Amino acid sequence: MLKELFTKNTNKKKKYATIPTEAAKNDVPEGIMTKCPSCKTIMYTKELNKNLKVCLHCGYHHAMNAKERIVSFLDEDSFNEIDENMVSENPLNFPDYLEKVEKDRQKTKINEAVVTGYGSVNSNKIVLAIMDSTFRMGSMGSVVGEKITRAIEKADEMSVPFIIFTASGGARMQEGVLSLMQMAKTSVALKRFSDNGGLIISIMTHPTTGGVSASFASLGDYNFAEPGALIGFAGRRVIEQSIREELPEDFQTAEFLLKHGQLDAIISRQDLIDKITNLLEIHQPGGELEW
Amino acid sequence: MVGELEFERPVVQLRNKIAELKEFTKTADVDLSSEIEKLELRLEKLEKDIYDNIKPWDRVQIARHPNRPTTLDYIANLFDGFFECHGDRSFGDDEAIVGGVAKFRGLPVTVIGHQRGKDTKENIRRNFGMPHPEGYRKALRLMKQADKFNRPIICFIDTKGAYPGKAAEERGQSEAIARNLFEMAGLKVPVICIVIGEGGSGGALALGVGNRMYMLENSTYSVISPEGAAAILWKDSSLAKKAAESMKITAPDLKELGIIDDIIPEIKGGAHKDVKGQAEAINIFLKKSLKELLELSEEELVADRYNRFRTIGEYSFLKDYISI
Repeated sequence: MLKELFTKNTNKKKKYATIPTEAAKNDVPEGIMTKCPSCKTIMYTKELNKNLKVCLHCGYHHAMNAKERIVSFLDEDSFNEIDENMVSENPLNFPDYLEKVEKDRQKTKINEAVVTGYGSVNSNKIVLAIMDSTFRMGSMGSVVGEKITRAIEKADEMSVPFIIFTASGGARMQEGVLSLMQMAKTSVALKRFSDNGGLIISIMTHPTTGGVSASFASLGDYNFAEPGALIGFAGRRVIEQSIREELPEDFQTAEFLLKHGQLDAIISRQDLIDKITNLLEIHQPGGELEW
Repeated sequence: MVGELEFERPVVQLRNKIAELKEFTKTADVDLSSEIEKLELRLEKLEKDIYDNIKPWDRVQIARHPNRPTTLDYIANLFDGFFECHGDRSFGDDEAIVGGVAKFRGLPVTVIGHQRGKDTKENIRRNFGMPHPEGYRKALRLMKQADKFNRPIICFIDTKGAYPGKAAEERGQSEAIARNLFEMAGLKVPVICIVIGEGGSGGALALGVGNRMYMLENSTYSVISPEGAAAILWKDSSLAKKAAESMKITAPDLKELGIIDDIIPEIKGGAHKDVKGQAEAINIFLKKSLKELLELSEEELVADRYNRFRTIGEYSFLKDYISI
């Protein structure tokens, strides 16, 4: 019996001190804590949100959805949404398209990848469009193009500035050439608005690429970006494959664009309201020379 | 036959067979005339069957045919005294886009178009017809010049897309395309756009904000190449054929979607079979549309362009919706 016990013991798996796996280490209870993807610091979500979702340690700008953007940017309760019930059709009868849109509607609790409306920033009236990258990667199909166009027309009608926060992977594949034509539609509308003296401010957030960067996102009287935002026309992988050369680390970041003359400025979220207010006040009609 | 495409192989085979038989009857002492006649009837029917039912993927192949006529081919056949202008006045000259002034049946016009090469050497020089930002800025410079001197603008679209490269991004590919869309919207002269080969996404659209929009019968116009779409949607670029079918990229598709005004008929089997004949077909459409557009005032031309793009897109409204 003693022998038996002995053998059993040797066969038994040795007990080692346990070290939590990499996965377990990163496993923070959902919602309470957030880990910064840039500096890996773990912080209270509440604190992060209070800081406009900017990392308290490294300044990384976490993605904001449309709702958070409205709350953080506009005067309290000043926002009036327009065209909130506009939804996609399936013009090319693309398989599974509407199912995917519906899934994202449930997930994000918005009806499409852009939210538009009017409101005020420090009492300056504006029309605002906010793209939301959590809905179909912020891709632009007929509805996104139409809502943005209507928002531009609304700004024209109200004679107030048009501000857009962009965030998009580009054109929506499932609407094919109709998505492509939304680039032209939004651009002709901006041209008309601009000719009527309208002020256009584009604020590019992470990521702004493809057909969106090659249309309204680049057409502001002022083009701004959030720090670190990815902005570009062709994707990094596509370029690396086509030129067979590794691209610099900062390629297509807001900082890269600023260096190459594509942006007026990079504005961090904390400074945004002040800087935009300043700009809006400079553009207020009727500024007369005082003696 | 050089550059025959897969879908037309039965036609080519039958045609060769008939030629062989004819050759044979010349030397041998047999009368095959009734057989030949039968075969010729069959060829006629086969040609009709095949060329009247070209599949989207086959059209993609025709649009990419190495011998397909390019912008400069059509310029040579349609205009007199073409004078090419180079350079964007700030960075360089992009040979993937050509542009200049010419006369169309006596009328001074500005002509701009993407330009592919005819052989490898020229293709390298012209970057396979894929422009950099300076190409679009050259095009815009020429359009502004046309606007100033009140000359109609004719754009030939033929590109796989704007070039995806490091230098292109550094110099602002997105901004260059966006700026063209914006400024073309405000041109006070008639703008006519014709897709003659591949209309690849934003790189094509940057010459495509016109009052009239035509496509050659076997050209394509899409948001992305079928290979690109397949890679994004199904993570497999070999499904390009499937993507070509579902993305509605052919001239008849775009006509049905109301994006183009008309389809310019092509020479049977593709424009590469007869450049002169194809130019003549384009000539008819150019003449007709110029005549119509020259009747319009500056304001009407701008409004016409606005309305054409303003109405593109499909959407509906929900009764039960999520409010923010």
